[in-house]
Amino acid sequence: MTALRADLSLLWRQIRSQNRTFWRTPVAAFFTLALPVFFLALFSVLFGASEVEDGYRFAQFFAPAMAVFAACSATFSNLSIGTAFARDQGILKRVRGTPLPPWIYMAGRIGSGVWIAVVSVVAMFVVGWSLFGFVMLWDNIGVALSVFVLGMATFSALGLSVCAVVRTADTVPAVTNAVFLPMAFISGIFIPLEDAPAWLVFLGDIFPLKHFAEPFGASFNPFHTGPVLGWENLAIMGGWLVLGMVITTRFFSWDPRGSR
Amino acid sequence: MPAAITVTNLRKTYGEVTALDGVSFTVAEGEVLALLGPNGAGKTTAVEILEGYRRADEGDIEVLGFHPATGGRGFRDRIGIVLQETGVEEVLCVREAVELYGMAYSRQRPVDELISLVGLEEKGDSRIKTLSGGQRRRLDLALGLVGDPDLVFLDEPTTGFDPAARRRSWELVEGLTALGKTILLTTHYLDEAQHLADRIVVLAEGRIVAEGTPQTLGAAQVVTTVRFSLSDTADLPTIGDGPEIGDDRVTYRSTDPTADLYTLTRWATERGVELAGLEVTRPSLEDIYLDIMEEADKAGDRQ
Repeated sequence: MTALRADLSLLWRQIRSQNRTFWRTPVAAFFTLALPVFFLALFSVLFGASEVEDGYRFAQFFAPAMAVFAACSATFSNLSIGTAFARDQGILKRVRGTPLPPWIYMAGRIGSGVWIAVVSVVAMFVVGWSLFGFVMLWDNIGVALSVFVLGMATFSALGLSVCAVVRTADTVPAVTNAVFLPMAFISGIFIPLEDAPAWLVFLGDIFPLKHFAEPFGASFNPFHTGPVLGWENLAIMGGWLVLGMVITTRFFSWDPRGSR
Repeated sequence: MPAAITVTNLRKTYGEVTALDGVSFTVAEGEVLALLGPNGAGKTTAVEILEGYRRADEGDIEVLGFHPATGGRGFRDRIGIVLQETGVEEVLCVREAVELYGMAYSRQRPVDELISLVGLEEKGDSRIKTLSGGQRRRLDLALGLVGDPDLVFLDEPTTGFDPAARRRSWELVEGLTALGKTILLTTHYLDEAQHLADRIVVLAEGRIVAEGTPQTLGAAQVVTTVRFSLSDTADLPTIGDGPEIGDDRVTYRSTDPTADLYTLTRWATERGVELAGLEVTRPSLEDIYLDIMEEADKAGDRQ
């Protein structure tokens, strides 16, 4: 028991240290937090100055979408890019030479990513509420939290799996963004997919982001009818979670590329 | 004294390249062993196997009673690794990094004491990215020592240092030996090995080509050179292959200098001639090292 408590204390200190590193790296903090806030402000000004329906405004639908976008950026993009750079600099190798169990180090990175995701979600809601008329709805908060937990697990695993498959740190940001940004568009994060062609909708259905964004957004949508969360959402996100974990555990390397 | 490291018949290949080809050595507790050799000799591979980063293809390895590849947390708790040019979170302060990398050790050294041990007390609250190259290496050393290890791996600790920084690093390493630490040092500087190590193992192309203390290393090959100037060299005594008569200097090479000098000086005093500018030189360790590397090259070419 004391050994477990000691390990949990190590984990806590790792998370704090990773957080400290994150906030002191302005470029990471900018892309994760400032960019979604900027999108939220920009789109709300462009489309949402007036009332959409029944007293609800544009931000009611867009703030949760940006919250999901920021949360995935905090886990998926941060874990893949941050871990790849740490590996390239030999930080992972250095860690591996200390008695810190590898799982605690990785859990520290994931824990820090999830914490930043939580901060981002709260930031989107607060900005949306204070400036753009977002109204917090509590009816489906349980569903929203559950989807958030599963989404965080899935996008953390996928972030690490990109880092596992792509070995050069210079390539990782390009690959990460080339995956993440198109996925955001085909998942209806920025623009609703109501009028999209069927094949595009189908493409969005395959990837996990839509299955995170739709039930999460529906939880705060006063006009949503029917169940907020579908089994297919859980199944597809769960499938990607397993895939991400398998790829990561199978292919992840702690060694900088080029060293033998 | 019990052995801290025992390595028998270590082999490692990467595809076609043989990095280690049957290397065996031991390091006693409290001993400083230098693995000396040019780049590509297999030093880093050997050390990384002992550190647990890589697995050997063949060979028996025991480090502090553990097999490094499977020793895990218990093993890493007792070793300290000072890596060559390895990253650290540059946005952290020196003190934060020492705390971060020290947190998992069971015997963590007090942070401030360690920072002043490596001479970074002025820099404890500075971001790592503001440190100079030499200060970075001292931080590396601090991070390797933070768990109060029994065995320290130092991988080329002074490569790229200016002479003053080198001296300071050497003093730090000497301080470690005074604490009874076992040290495995890799270097391609002969004078570093000579200065710091109790024993030197010379590696070339994955094999041990020589081994000994700085004093005895290559003793078998030691040839003392005797030189002087003499105008009339007609009936100089023959010693070994000598004399070699150059334009203005006469040279003898001797493996038994005491007896040979006696022969030579008796010859001179009997004739009443002066051996002008007489000098007797034992080759420096550097000459010996270069000889060893040349021999290893020739042996390699013959294969």
